[in-house]
Amino acid sequence: MANVNRRVLPGFSLTLGYSVFYLSVLVVIPIAACFMKASTLSLDEFVRAVWTDRARAAYSLTFGAAFAAAVVNVALGLLLAWVLVRYEFPLKKLLDSLVDLPLALPTAVAGLVYSALYVPTGWLGQVLVPLGFQGAYTRAGIVLVLIFVGLPFVVRTVQPILEDLDPETEDASASLGGTRWQTFRHVILPLLFPALVTGFGLAFARGVGEYGAVVFVSGNMPFKTEIAPILIVARLEEFAYSEATAIAVVLLILSFGSLLLINLVERWSSRYER
Amino acid sequence: MSAEGTLARRSQNDATWVRVTLTTAAVLVIGVLVLIPLVNVFAQALSEGVGVYWDNLFNDHDTLAAIKLTMVVAPTALMLNLVFGVAAAWAIAKFNFPGRTLLTALIDLPFSVSPVVAGLIFVLIFGLQGYLGPFLRRDGYSAMPYLLSLLAVAVYVLMYLGLRPINPVERSGWWNHPWLATIAGGALVFLVTFAPQIYFEMWPKDASLKIIFATPGLILATAFVTFPFVARELIPVMEAIGVEEELAAVSLGANGWQVFWQITVPNIKWGLIYGIILCNARAMGEFGAVFVVSGHIAGLTDTMPLRIEKLFQEYNLPGSFAVASLLTLVALLTLLARVGVDRAEAARVKSAAEGTNELRS
Repeated sequence: MANVNRRVLPGFSLTLGYSVFYLSVLVVIPIAACFMKASTLSLDEFVRAVWTDRARAAYSLTFGAAFAAAVVNVALGLLLAWVLVRYEFPLKKLLDSLVDLPLALPTAVAGLVYSALYVPTGWLGQVLVPLGFQGAYTRAGIVLVLIFVGLPFVVRTVQPILEDLDPETEDASASLGGTRWQTFRHVILPLLFPALVTGFGLAFARGVGEYGAVVFVSGNMPFKTEIAPILIVARLEEFAYSEATAIAVVLLILSFGSLLLINLVERWSSRYER
Repeated sequence: MSAEGTLARRSQNDATWVRVTLTTAAVLVIGVLVLIPLVNVFAQALSEGVGVYWDNLFNDHDTLAAIKLTMVVAPTALMLNLVFGVAAAWAIAKFNFPGRTLLTALIDLPFSVSPVVAGLIFVLIFGLQGYLGPFLRRDGYSAMPYLLSLLAVAVYVLMYLGLRPINPVERSGWWNHPWLATIAGGALVFLVTFAPQIYFEMWPKDASLKIIFATPGLILATAFVTFPFVARELIPVMEAIGVEEELAAVSLGANGWQVFWQITVPNIKWGLIYGIILCNARAMGEFGAVFVVSGHIAGLTDTMPLRIEKLFQEYNLPGSFAVASLLTLVALLTLLARVGVDRAEAARVKSAAEGTNELRS
């Protein structure tokens, strides 16, 4: 379609030019400025800013909690996608719509309501706190709210693949004597794997950057429940801009790096499709 | 597909106990993770009665100011991203060019940047100690005539290229000299809009222009975070529709403007509407990025999510939940719009398919 269109359809250079201009001004140049500011620090100062015990605890909590939440989301997402595609039951449409709520609900609202639900007097805390589950102002609470925030991603990446799955592959497996579980484990799951990785990656990326939801439920105690974005805000409030930028650069590099890794896994896992 | 879909395949049938267990589990997951929080927002907001709820929202000066500010910030950021989203989708979906994949990947970049970092980078540029800080503080408004005139030039170029006949036979006079018309006309437009601003001294001289800790910063940060939404919604829709109808319109002598408004917009209407609604919901609810650039001046730079946080810190939970309930309503309307748009889109595809069948028979 390429060159024919460019000669006939108008607006190619105009729209492309504007897109690149807007993208540069709003996204690329500001991110570059962030790296530039960090480069004004000497290596020694940079390391001192980003490699404190408090910062290390924050990184491992940020990435650990996002990872745990994304893993749970893979399981929950697979379950929800399966049920929504394969089964019929009353109020299915409602369930389907509610899956998207975390995309539309402001994260501050999510954080606010999750913190209120899991305190000892909250609706769920009343039951769970006596059982020993503390869902507010703990690390478990952070993972819980990140599960909420990342919920739609796996469902929405797996759902279309499951819908388009050729029923004959399952026929073939069944006719060869495979049980339902064997068919799922050895036929369906490998086909869904690339979509699961994509969904995992999206949920993980969202969890790493999340601030609004976490700030309400975590209690923000250094070393215990302080995530990296909260640490950046703390540095900013001390007017330590360079240190804040240094931590931001580390966070940016780590999240770009992990996204790249997830992308590679995704390509590797779908290598048979091409 | 539909005949096979409704016909229950034996090999795809799970045992009843599996079906019941999995369905129950799914309902429980959504119930605990989504439905209970959703109901809880309204229960908490109304916990002290409707009167208190009303007072919390509309008799609290700072909350009212936050609602008004959100009504300014979110639509402005939305407009910026809407123009970009349509332009980017047009370039990416209708044409093939080197770097197309890179551009598509770069559009998603803000998704992998933490909102706090997004706010921080604008502080680094426009803040007092930022790269442009000293200039903005000394004489920030002196940039305004240039910006405004450049905007006028952009509108002029868009009009010229959009209205220019595509068929070379129909072009005459100015339409035959696109470069001359763009450059000379652009310069003229620039002068005509620039001169009066200087002559009438429209902008304050030697005054500090505040971007960070003020509304422009809030708009920039919000636009950054909600940047991909419209484009991402439109690109697959435009790609699926293809270019045949546009090419047909061009061959019938339509100009770019007519092609866009009469062919493209009706085709992508539902994707566009949903993109706008989703982008708006995210813009209204953005927290991390605006948290960093706002400065938290009550009644001035607090948006609704920031107001929620402030009331939460002040232990005013009913007030906090009252503001949250408004944003939750926006989220629910967004979900409703998704359902409506999906239905309308299905109907459109169906009628289009019937149309082609009729033509064929």
